[in-house]
Amino acid sequence: MTTLTDPPRESFRLSMLLNDTRYRSFTFQGIALILLIAAIAYLGNNLATNLSAAGLNISYDFLGDPAGYDINQTLIPYNSQSPHLQAAWVGIINTLLVAVLACATATVFGVIAGVLRLSNNWLVAKLMAVYVEMFRNIPVLIWIIIIFTIMTVSMPGPRAFRGDNAESSMLFDMFAFTNRGVYTPGPELTNPLFASTALNWVLVLAVLVGAFFGARALSKWATAKQNATGIRPTTWYWTLAVWFVPVALLLTFMGLTWDIPALKGFNFQGGIKIGGPLIALWFALSIYTGAFIAENVRAGILAVSKGQTEAASALGLRPGRVMNLVVLPQALRVIIPPLISQYLNITKNSSLAIAVGYADITATLGGITLNQTGRAIECVLLLMLFYLVISLSISAVMNVYNNAMKLKER
Amino acid sequence: MSDIHAHSVAFVRDTQLPPAPPPVAETGVVKWLRENLFANWANGLLTIAALYVIYLVASATVPWIVRGVWNTDSLAQCREVLDGVSGACFSVISERWNQLLFGFKYPSELYWRPSLAFAMLFVAAAPVLFFDLPRKLLIFTGLYPFIAFWLIWGGSILTPIVALAGFIIGYFVYERLVTGSFAAGFFGGVATAFAIWFIGGWIIPDGAGLLALEQVPSRDLGGFMLNMMLGVVCVSLSLPLGIALALGRQSNLPLIKGVCVVFIEFVRGVPLITLLFVANVMLSYFFPPGSGVDLFLRVVIMITMFSAAYIAEVIRGGLAALPKGQYEAADSLGLDYPQAMRLIILPQALKISIPGIVNIAVGLFKDTTLVSVISMFDIVGMIRGPILASTEWNGVYWELFMAASVLFFVVCYGISQYSQWLERRLATDHR
Repeated sequence: MTTLTDPPRESFRLSMLLNDTRYRSFTFQGIALILLIAAIAYLGNNLATNLSAAGLNISYDFLGDPAGYDINQTLIPYNSQSPHLQAAWVGIINTLLVAVLACATATVFGVIAGVLRLSNNWLVAKLMAVYVEMFRNIPVLIWIIIIFTIMTVSMPGPRAFRGDNAESSMLFDMFAFTNRGVYTPGPELTNPLFASTALNWVLVLAVLVGAFFGARALSKWATAKQNATGIRPTTWYWTLAVWFVPVALLLTFMGLTWDIPALKGFNFQGGIKIGGPLIALWFALSIYTGAFIAENVRAGILAVSKGQTEAASALGLRPGRVMNLVVLPQALRVIIPPLISQYLNITKNSSLAIAVGYADITATLGGITLNQTGRAIECVLLLMLFYLVISLSISAVMNVYNNAMKLKER
Repeated sequence: MSDIHAHSVAFVRDTQLPPAPPPVAETGVVKWLRENLFANWANGLLTIAALYVIYLVASATVPWIVRGVWNTDSLAQCREVLDGVSGACFSVISERWNQLLFGFKYPSELYWRPSLAFAMLFVAAAPVLFFDLPRKLLIFTGLYPFIAFWLIWGGSILTPIVALAGFIIGYFVYERLVTGSFAAGFFGGVATAFAIWFIGGWIIPDGAGLLALEQVPSRDLGGFMLNMMLGVVCVSLSLPLGIALALGRQSNLPLIKGVCVVFIEFVRGVPLITLLFVANVMLSYFFPPGSGVDLFLRVVIMITMFSAAYIAEVIRGGLAALPKGQYEAADSLGLDYPQAMRLIILPQALKISIPGIVNIAVGLFKDTTLVSVISMFDIVGMIRGPILASTEWNGVYWELFMAASVLFFVVCYGISQYSQWLERRLATDHR
């Protein structure tokens, strides 16, 4: 007969720090902490010594000094007398602009290429495979430079549009593709009641948000009706009306006209000018990332097993509904996480703007401001902070989405 | 019975007919065309559109390439030879080929050294990439970094020999001590290696001339060689670092885990270009005054950190994909943490992560072109800098970018095909 007894209480001995699993982790972490502090102290000491040797200090006062350089493409008011901080804001907004544009078009390219690569058509499938392999295996920097070169070298100058039998002509008399950029018609509000521009677009946005909720209510009503009677009322024209009629009315009331670019003097005037660097960066990023997204889309569609499609057909669903109700929801669960990390890649790769002279945050804060003020450490730290904030917020969104879409296992 | 029947029926076939050939539309090329290109009208339209696209691209590029001029001295001469027709001026590639590969400062009489190192790279990489080769070849792989260093940078052979001696003696110390405990072996080995290097650096007099090759400073490296060197060096250095970071992130010691998480998320959250800025303008402030670490080494440090963070995430995925039973089995065998990791967990986790690691390697190799932004003359830097700025070749864009693209495509496509082969090869699941 054995009896359970407590193990004899040992008093703490020094060797237990290494041999006893209860204390060992503290030992290791203590050592790690000491090493970490030593490393930081060593690097910090070097930094302080080097800075004082070079007569430098860490200060962010330079952000208030006038920048003294021009930026060719700004969405917010800026001139060369604005402070460096304003230049950084211009850069941030330009980064976000090109990132959002490229994300949208890359998704379109990627989805089309990914679906076509699975096509039954041998030629189209092979063509898409060539596209994907070609763009995935050549650095994005080379693509950006190639497309920028096309934009600047191969496009006609504004002069080519001059004269009765000009070498180049405007597309639909509205769009001009020149080596300085692309000129497109720009919207203008002529009603004097709506003089302040920013507020007007907020108003339009508000109406669009209202339309979104209206369309959702409509679809809910249709579903309720279907549940009650078994027949879904036809709503697509109502949906279209909800989306477009209020906005059209509002814009007409505001007196919307299009300002069409025209050749005046040596250059095009009026309309919106999209600079060559922006187009090069936008197009290169979207076509390059599109190749990666195509692979994600293809993998996502292939991940839905054939049995799912067959089961849906066996239930009597029509092909369109099989796609919408069975295949897509499952494929999206596979596609969306890598898609979001591709968006993250686009945002980070947009920093290559510096290679073609597009004024994003890397080119303003990390380029000209850094070189003019010599505040390398401050500029690079601010730059990293910005990208870190963007990346971490996108990751946070992704985590929320993943948790919402996780397979609920019971 | 049959007789009666024979009277009533005019003709009875008593041999079997040979099978008729299938209709023309159901065989051979026609069938293939019908099924793969013209299955229905939408498909047919797609085919025609695709053919049109191919025609457009081919009609623009094929004559341009075929008419290409390969042996003139400048763009102006090219234009003379072409005499107004559109055609490529590949002369720039044949004339500047060496610059594209080695940069414009590497002494031209020494080109054989990096070329030899490049050729030996294949021998050194072969036993790592293909498991069927004799394991003895791994010895050469171990020696390769030192040989390559000596060939590319030159200088006395004593430097790489001392470095190698540090590794070898450190390894033997590790072998002796590891039977006791992994930590003792590891730290003992590292300490011995450092001691050897320290003594070696003290013993070798400056400018010792034993078997000395002409020295080439790092800033003279350039061209595609620089891309290859950065890619190979950073991927190989970041593998062990990545493994350590992944293990650290999985660790249950909160401090170590926290440090690893912060490091990984920080590095993954910023673009490589900002890290290169750090290498270019900031990193030298963190070294002891007067140490003069050159730009190449600083860039290697930053790119290694960058790829280590990504590799760590891939390996973490591999670690997480292992069934929990593997960890428990290792524990129940009484293995301690280093043993369990070395013998049970890592071999399986690394195998799962190989495709991901190869993807990272390809991406990293492509990203080495970014060093051109911090004015290092890699292949893109060479094209945009010295070559396009020269009076002879100002205006030759497409031929040069085509050359760079082809070089990158060959390497990256090759690696990704290898990774697919390896994935099939390593697949041990039942199908």
